[in-house]
Amino acid sequence: MKLQESPRSPASITQLLWFFGIATVVKLLLIPAYYSTDLEVHRHWLAITHSLPLGQWYYDETSEWTLDYPPFFAYFERFLSFFAPLIDPWIVHLHHGLSYKADSSIYFQRISVIVSDLFLQYGVHISTRNLASLKRNLVWVFVIWSPGLLIVDHLHFQYNGFLFGWLLLSISFLAQGRDLMGGFMFAVLLCFKHLFAVAAPVYFVYLLRHYCRGGLVRGFARLSVLGAIVVAVFAAAYGPFVYHGQIQQVIRRMFPFGRGLCHAYWAPNFWVFYIVLDKGIAFLLRKFGFDIPSPVASFTGGLVGDASPFAVLPRITPMTTFIMVLLALSPCLFKTWRYPRPRLIARSVAYAYTCGFLFGWHIHEKASLHISIPLALVAVESLEDSKHYFLLSVGTKGSLQSDKKATQSDSKGISRTAAEKQWFELGWVAKSYLLGVVVVETWGQFLHPYLLGDKLPFLPLMLISMYCAIGISYSWIWQLKRIIILS
Amino acid sequence: MEITLNIPAKDWYRNSTFNDLSYWGLDYPPLTAYQSYIHGAFLKTFDPDSIALFTSRGYESYLGKLLMRWTVLSSDVLIFFPAVLYIVLVYCSMQLCIGQNNDVAWHVAMILLNPCLILIDHGDFQYNCISLGLTIAAIAAALSQKDLVASVLYCLALNQKQMSAYFAPAFFSYLLGTFSVAWWPYLQSKEAALAVLSRLAPFERGIFEDYVANFWCTSSMLVKWKKLYSTQSLRIFGLAATLLTCLPSMVQQVLAPSSKGFLYVLLNSSQHHFSSFKYAVHGKSILLPLLPLTLLALEVHQSLLWLTHFAMFSMFPLLHRDKLVLAYIALYALFLLVYFAPGGPSGRRNGSKTRDHSQTTKIGMEFISSIAFHPLVMGFLGLCSLVLHVIYITMHPTNKYPFLFEAVIMLICFSQFVLFTLQFKAVDAIETSNIKS
Repeated sequence: MKLQESPRSPASITQLLWFFGIATVVKLLLIPAYYSTDLEVHRHWLAITHSLPLGQWYYDETSEWTLDYPPFFAYFERFLSFFAPLIDPWIVHLHHGLSYKADSSIYFQRISVIVSDLFLQYGVHISTRNLASLKRNLVWVFVIWSPGLLIVDHLHFQYNGFLFGWLLLSISFLAQGRDLMGGFMFAVLLCFKHLFAVAAPVYFVYLLRHYCRGGLVRGFARLSVLGAIVVAVFAAAYGPFVYHGQIQQVIRRMFPFGRGLCHAYWAPNFWVFYIVLDKGIAFLLRKFGFDIPSPVASFTGGLVGDASPFAVLPRITPMTTFIMVLLALSPCLFKTWRYPRPRLIARSVAYAYTCGFLFGWHIHEKASLHISIPLALVAVESLEDSKHYFLLSVGTKGSLQSDKKATQSDSKGISRTAAEKQWFELGWVAKSYLLGVVVVETWGQFLHPYLLGDKLPFLPLMLISMYCAIGISYSWIWQLKRIIILS
Repeated sequence: MEITLNIPAKDWYRNSTFNDLSYWGLDYPPLTAYQSYIHGAFLKTFDPDSIALFTSRGYESYLGKLLMRWTVLSSDVLIFFPAVLYIVLVYCSMQLCIGQNNDVAWHVAMILLNPCLILIDHGDFQYNCISLGLTIAAIAAALSQKDLVASVLYCLALNQKQMSAYFAPAFFSYLLGTFSVAWWPYLQSKEAALAVLSRLAPFERGIFEDYVANFWCTSSMLVKWKKLYSTQSLRIFGLAATLLTCLPSMVQQVLAPSSKGFLYVLLNSSQHHFSSFKYAVHGKSILLPLLPLTLLALEVHQSLLWLTHFAMFSMFPLLHRDKLVLAYIALYALFLLVYFAPGGPSGRRNGSKTRDHSQTTKIGMEFISSIAFHPLVMGFLGLCSLVLHVIYITMHPTNKYPFLFEAVIMLICFSQFVLFTLQFKAVDAIETSNIKS
């Protein structure tokens, strides 16, 4: 679409709605494709928030799917549960609705995600208002037609589109210099899903340096205003639970510590290398005759007393991962401290999520969306950026695909065609990496079951995880370099 | 697949203990049989139980269904997609259209996203993409003056599904003897050839199957054809009527052959056969007139929208029975979105669509278009269809007339198909007279 129009004209709104229409049609066609357990999880949350008083939301044990999102999300589910009984009262029944798989329930939930994606539209619209039309359309393709978002939200069922709308709004406010609004939106977002808190250090440093300046008194006054707003938001969210004296229980539910370092399908992050290194060294040492006992604990299971899942290398605790994330984030924080520029905020936020992804505890592959959505805003800034974005999306989609055996979507093709408009040249390293992704995927999906059958069942996943982790680590270094170089 | 894989070729069309013809026997020409053999071999490596002789009848498994859907999808991608790219490139390079570069993309999207084809082939499971793809490739070859290639491809299409024969009058001048190669096993004896023929033209079935929008079905509400005449005489009626209505367009093509004219004759011959008088027509035959229309999409996009709408509507009862309503809605919405894409041809409705027309032709066509495509008329028809869709899903007809809703839908669709036929006959006549003068 090569129309040259003013960004605020009605024609551009029509274009945006057209993008949304196409995405909606694809989402509708995906409805019968897959029944995700998350459908039951969210249905149960609809039932809890509808049928029980507030004081029992975080205590309920009727089902194993307990509420583990912050209170604003619970309020959101409460809002949705107004409409559910109009369709089918059994959706929100606490006991009889358990494992309720009727069409009415599935369609209600799937359509609620599609409608909530309108908020993502709004976020994208505001973020790209001032871009030239070609760049704007590209960002729309990357975000509205994002294959990762499609897989996670509409196959696997989550409400990320809606949440990313908030994030994009927050980033765009900061980029326009409206710091208070940006900070406010981010605080609200944190009360929807606490996973977004990984970017909190960046926000904190940026707001401190950019907003709270102009002398000691003025700076302090502004800090107080900012602080008051954040406190007000958190009070609106957690206040009722503090009143009931339940805040401990809420925190416990939001941060369950029964989980291991890695998710069942290993996210392609740094810990994959660590684990493989550990196993490799143990294997070599055993060959040389040392007696290395096999670890009792597993990587995906919980923390079992003093037992470490590692045979040779030191044990990793949640605190270790926390420190490593902060360490990785520190160059960006230093840069933001010294030069708090609105233009760099999207990059910094994306970088923060990259560090969180690479070094965090129990990371899902879905967290890669947190990298690719904010980075989409940056991808159109220069040719270098779009080349990087393309490679990154291949790496993240490759790992997402391994998680979804039931899907046959070709997400890579979409990223490729979108990027082709920019006519960039890929070096031989990049090309061989892309070829490698095809090889690894082909091995995992077809050749391994054919040649090796049931032997070494973890091998394909491990290969894909490692391979994609290489790509994402490259992206991490590259992003860091860009942030440090750009002024 | 079971038959072709487990029984020798000469017995495929013959009734035997292994090949029980009344249980879904082969009723398409040999190319379908060969294609089934190849797909059967593919299935055998992954799920042999699904095509084992005798035991696989009524056998259903997730893997079997998945593999079968994959065979349609792969045929679509390998045959239909390249054919469409070929013809659109040929069409635009021959300057049969004037348009911008993104019109190529729009045109390809219009053909590939044709909701009727997707729903029939991938919702209902058929292999129309192969014969239609081969036909499209044949048309493209014919338009680029590669006559031999065109005739080979068309013969292949004909041997995949006898439905393609409705394009035969248009291809008449290009047909060569490639036919005999495909029929080799059956040319050994007259009996064998007749066996194939009788499977291809199943006259044991009635004059129409299910509720389809054609002349016989519609008029049967007034005149009970099945009761008045025997199957034999009805067969003759059908053939005679089909040939008669087809004759004028054949004559035009013979007298004044042209590339543009070729496309229009394809359109006319196929939709005559469908909408008016074809004997034993099946609802999916609506794909035939849709095909040349999609090829002409850049010129006649309003007609494309119109015909697609009523083609979908006529298929709605069948799709509702197959629980494909969601796919129906979504694909139709997708079609509308691409049709009205910002920057696409529909947005530039004021531009003239074709070149080199005399004043009278233009006025004539504009007159027809202004009546047929007047916003009020289209809006009214659209509203009626919407209401009928809702009624069909939500209400139940009385016991006295259990097929009342199907009959109403069919009546409306048939009336539209007739109007459509008349419009294109008129256009064709104006075209030819223009060429002559």
